[in-house]
Amino acid sequence: MRKSTLFFMSIAVQSVLLLGAFTHAAYQRGRDASILGETVALVKRLDLTDLCLFTEARYTRHPTQADLHSPFQDHPMSLEHFPSGSLLAPRKGIGYR
Amino acid sequence: MGNWFERQRNIIDFTLSSLVRRKGKNLALLLVYTLLVFLLASVMFFTHALRKEASLVLQGAPEMVVQRMAAGRHELVPRRYLGMIKGIKGVSGARGRLWGYYFDPVMSANYTMVVPEDHPLGAGSISIGQGISRSRLARVGDFIPFRRYDGTPMVLTVREVLTTGSELVSSDLILVSEGDFRKLFGMAPDLYTDIVLSVRNAKEVATAAQKVQKLLPDTRPIMKSEILRTYDTIFDWRSGIIVVILSSAVLAFIIFAWDKASGLSAEERKEIGILKAIGWETSDVLLMKFWEGAAVSLSSFLAGVLFAYIHVFFTPVMLFEPVLKGWSTLYPSFKLVPFISPYQVAMLFFLTVVPYTVATIVPSWRAATIDPDSVMRS
Repeated sequence: MRKSTLFFMSIAVQSVLLLGAFTHAAYQRGRDASILGETVALVKRLDLTDLCLFTEARYTRHPTQADLHSPFQDHPMSLEHFPSGSLLAPRKGIGYR
Repeated sequence: MGNWFERQRNIIDFTLSSLVRRKGKNLALLLVYTLLVFLLASVMFFTHALRKEASLVLQGAPEMVVQRMAAGRHELVPRRYLGMIKGIKGVSGARGRLWGYYFDPVMSANYTMVVPEDHPLGAGSISIGQGISRSRLARVGDFIPFRRYDGTPMVLTVREVLTTGSELVSSDLILVSEGDFRKLFGMAPDLYTDIVLSVRNAKEVATAAQKVQKLLPDTRPIMKSEILRTYDTIFDWRSGIIVVILSSAVLAFIIFAWDKASGLSAEERKEIGILKAIGWETSDVLLMKFWEGAAVSLSSFLAGVLFAYIHVFFTPVMLFEPVLKGWSTLYPSFKLVPFISPYQVAMLFFLTVVPYTVATIVPSWRAATIDPDSVMRS
């Protein structure tokens, strides 16, 4: 078999797989819609405000509810203590409040 | 048309044979390139899916949360504040929220205790999130001991484990009755953690927030739009560790492309010289180099994107998990909904494939335009 045929076949297979990924994504979104709906209902019922991503500190567990001083609670120039603090950017416009 | 296609195929055949002749170097190139695309695509898919899911899920968040502040810290809100807020024109409803953190010394984990407005299970019973159930091996009917504010024990029975699907918001939650919550933390009956309120007209939320702050200057209103914006910025590509990962990947790619663009190896130059000497046109050499760049970059791009898709949406995001976990003992084992768009893939394509292909053509054009005799002799 010619090398160019092999090349085109490999690109075609990968492209089909990429299309398959898009199809899978669309199908999965449809399947997960009811689960997402249930989660929204739970958020509404419990009046939740944050995602449970980082449970190590209160300002990383509830970044939207944290007071503006909490990451520097030890002293104003203290270094960030928790690893996930380096993942969280401060909110936009935080300097204006 | 047939001739044109056959000519391209012949050039591709020759290009691939030439690549195979230097297979060690080219395989390494393919591997590094695929890894780079994989990393970039993983970050892009993960952050986009998380941001999208947060924006959908948090649509259910309260329209406004009012916190009381004292000396720059969050303070409990007295019941009379609730009455004052309910009296504000435009506010359609308000309720005191009770929630807090409980540190479990056995697991060294922080739990979020929440009192639902309608706790169906009654006193002495709790609902727990999947994360707690997993780490404490607690099932329905089990007892979990807690330590009250005065050091005395308090045992609560697990009556429900929250669904796996909601783990992204509920992994560390413990739903408890108001009475048990107040007993556990020693909170007076006229105090709340904060107040949530709804506004009759959605357009007047900002006005209502101003009214709350004017009426109660020691409070801080947080609007739903601010909550949504926070999650939009948290996983923004310009923030935190993401910019570190992206910038190192982009820098690596620049070095990699620069190395390619800065010149060809002596062997490659000699090959071009021979091709020109046996009658290849400059355009043929450029076409060959175009196909060489396209073969490497297209294969790496497609493989990198596919591996990234599998990594983010089929595995528990193994590469980012240790970074995301930090020092947390409890971490949700969530499966992201695959929110991907052709725009993301197109952006990745223009960031990786186009610069690489261009970078391989430029030095070849320089080599192809000089005299074959001098190229072969050098």
